[in-house]
Amino acid sequence: MEDTLVEARNLKKYFPIKLSLIARLRTKEPPAVHAVDDVSFKVKSKEVFGIVGESGCGKTTTGMLLLRLIEPTSGKILFKGKDLTSLSDSEMRKLRRKMQITFQDPYESLNPSMTVYGSIAEPIQVQKITSTPEEVTERVTKALEDVDLVPPEEFLYRFPHELSGGQRQRVAIARAFVLEPEFLVADEPVSMLDASVRSRVLDLMLGLVEKAHCGFLYITHDIALSRYICDRIAIMYLGKIVEKGRIDDVIKNPLHPYTEALLAAVPVPDPAARRIETVVKGEVPSALNPPSGCRFHPRCPYAQDKCQKEEPQLVASGKDRYVACHFPRW
Amino acid sequence: MLEVQNLKMYYKTLRGYVKAVDDVTFRVEKGDALGLAGESGCGKTSVALTILRLLPSNARVINGGIMFEGEDILKMSKERFRKEIRWKKLSVIFQGAMNALNPVRKIGDLISEAILTHKDVSKEKALDLAGKSLDLVGIGAERIERYPHELSGGMKQRTMIAMALVCNPHLVIADEPTTALDVLIQAQVLKVMKELRQKLNLSMILISHDLSIIAETCNKCAIMYAGKIVEYGDISSIFKNPLHPYTKKLMSAFPSIFGKKRKLGFIPGFPPNLLNPPSGCRFHPRCPYAVEVCKKKEPKSIQVDKEHYVACHNIK
Repeated sequence: MEDTLVEARNLKKYFPIKLSLIARLRTKEPPAVHAVDDVSFKVKSKEVFGIVGESGCGKTTTGMLLLRLIEPTSGKILFKGKDLTSLSDSEMRKLRRKMQITFQDPYESLNPSMTVYGSIAEPIQVQKITSTPEEVTERVTKALEDVDLVPPEEFLYRFPHELSGGQRQRVAIARAFVLEPEFLVADEPVSMLDASVRSRVLDLMLGLVEKAHCGFLYITHDIALSRYICDRIAIMYLGKIVEKGRIDDVIKNPLHPYTEALLAAVPVPDPAARRIETVVKGEVPSALNPPSGCRFHPRCPYAQDKCQKEEPQLVASGKDRYVACHFPRW
Repeated sequence: MLEVQNLKMYYKTLRGYVKAVDDVTFRVEKGDALGLAGESGCGKTSVALTILRLLPSNARVINGGIMFEGEDILKMSKERFRKEIRWKKLSVIFQGAMNALNPVRKIGDLISEAILTHKDVSKEKALDLAGKSLDLVGIGAERIERYPHELSGGMKQRTMIAMALVCNPHLVIADEPTTALDVLIQAQVLKVMKELRQKLNLSMILISHDLSIIAETCNKCAIMYAGKIVEYGDISSIFKNPLHPYTKKLMSAFPSIFGKKRKLGFIPGFPPNLLNPPSGCRFHPRCPYAVEVCKKKEPKSIQVDKEHYVACHNIK
């Protein structure tokens, strides 16, 4: 077993709702969106860990929490055994060099008024890695070569609007890897890209992750694609992890009814295997006022009385496998 | 029922013509569901807009015809098309339903507006019909008084479907109907569309970049690349035996949760600029099998099977 690189321990993030003064005085407990509610997992170095869930399940918030881009309500984030939540801002800034993130929308995550060179050189300058301009240029060129934007000279002084979506996302990746991070969070890195370039960008990313020996947290809504990328995944629903385990185990043998429903709803590129027949009814309830007991019970086809009252805990169920359900699908 | 013949539609810009739809031919029979697949910018939405005659003012139909139930709709007067064809016989479900609904009007009013424009009925009767169509898509007539912001994404998308079906059209064009939705909601919407298609014996054109969705819902498929249809035919024939290099590559790029884990494919390079598309076969700069003739001569679409056409020089 390899060492744990990053660990989330009972991580919670509630976003309070703004109320008027009178309303605030009237309510005992101010309402809050339970975006992430008691989430724990470990990412090992040299491992690709996936968080899969629908929109609004808290997966992006979890990613941001791990890098402390937002402050957790409670819980701990350990990076190589060090608790990030107790660090001061300047210590955190030093550590950020080792932890990087790429975002979903390459049209928004790059500064439109900065050249490719400027965007990639900025983190080097902020982290004061080198002071000589020659070395900065050298590093930027190398980073562009790493993401296959060749020849780099052709791209250095272009602006984001002159690049295609795939090229922009590669610039964002180059910007993350130029600092030689040990941990990378990628929030839906390819969901805005066309299928024909998607796997190329992912390949590049995985290659870089492998070369740098870093831990990789891959956040996505696409469970089919995550199968090709992740070693282990956690399925999230309404701020909670409902199932966790090695990717092949989870996909072959889903234990939680939600995972089962998710897998049954994924369209398959094969007309001989059509199967969208039974689908879970309803929509994801509001995280402002999550259902009692198991959060999936109003939509669960197997729900019983117990599910309404008691919240299931995430318990071990086989090797490296966890599920939070009173009646798992053995 | 619908026959698109050698359709050419260019957008006029200051830098020249963007050849968005170039010599596209396909047919939709009664009860067919045709999937129109391709990457962004390949011209699939432009085809739909041409059929619906909803093109912007800089678009020019250069050549070709669109026969709908025996009449060329491109030759019809605008007024007649609006009164007799659009929505009555030929309707559309737009991409991004979230933004396609008027936020300041109740959904019942939105749907009945379509009825009142096309049918000579009273307001009450129209609202009644609107309620029925909401029942049909599983939203329930009791929600007729709701505003769009009170509905979730999946419900808005289904409202769009109800709106498209309310005048009993013969053909519905669905342009990326589930793109912005989550997997579970997408499955619900696809299921509703599938059931309605059978119940009402609708014909449909489903436009999507996602081959999985097309495989899941259609019985015919056309693969578009850079304004041209490169492969066209029966869905099982195309998915089992893709012939065009572009189709093959595109399919290899789609993940599946079933079967063996293989390496996902990709297509090197970028889609061409349609202002100035490559000579010969438009795919040749990215094609691993390209030979001399591909650069010079445009491949003709040939029939390889009963219901399977492909445009590639390497296929004999």
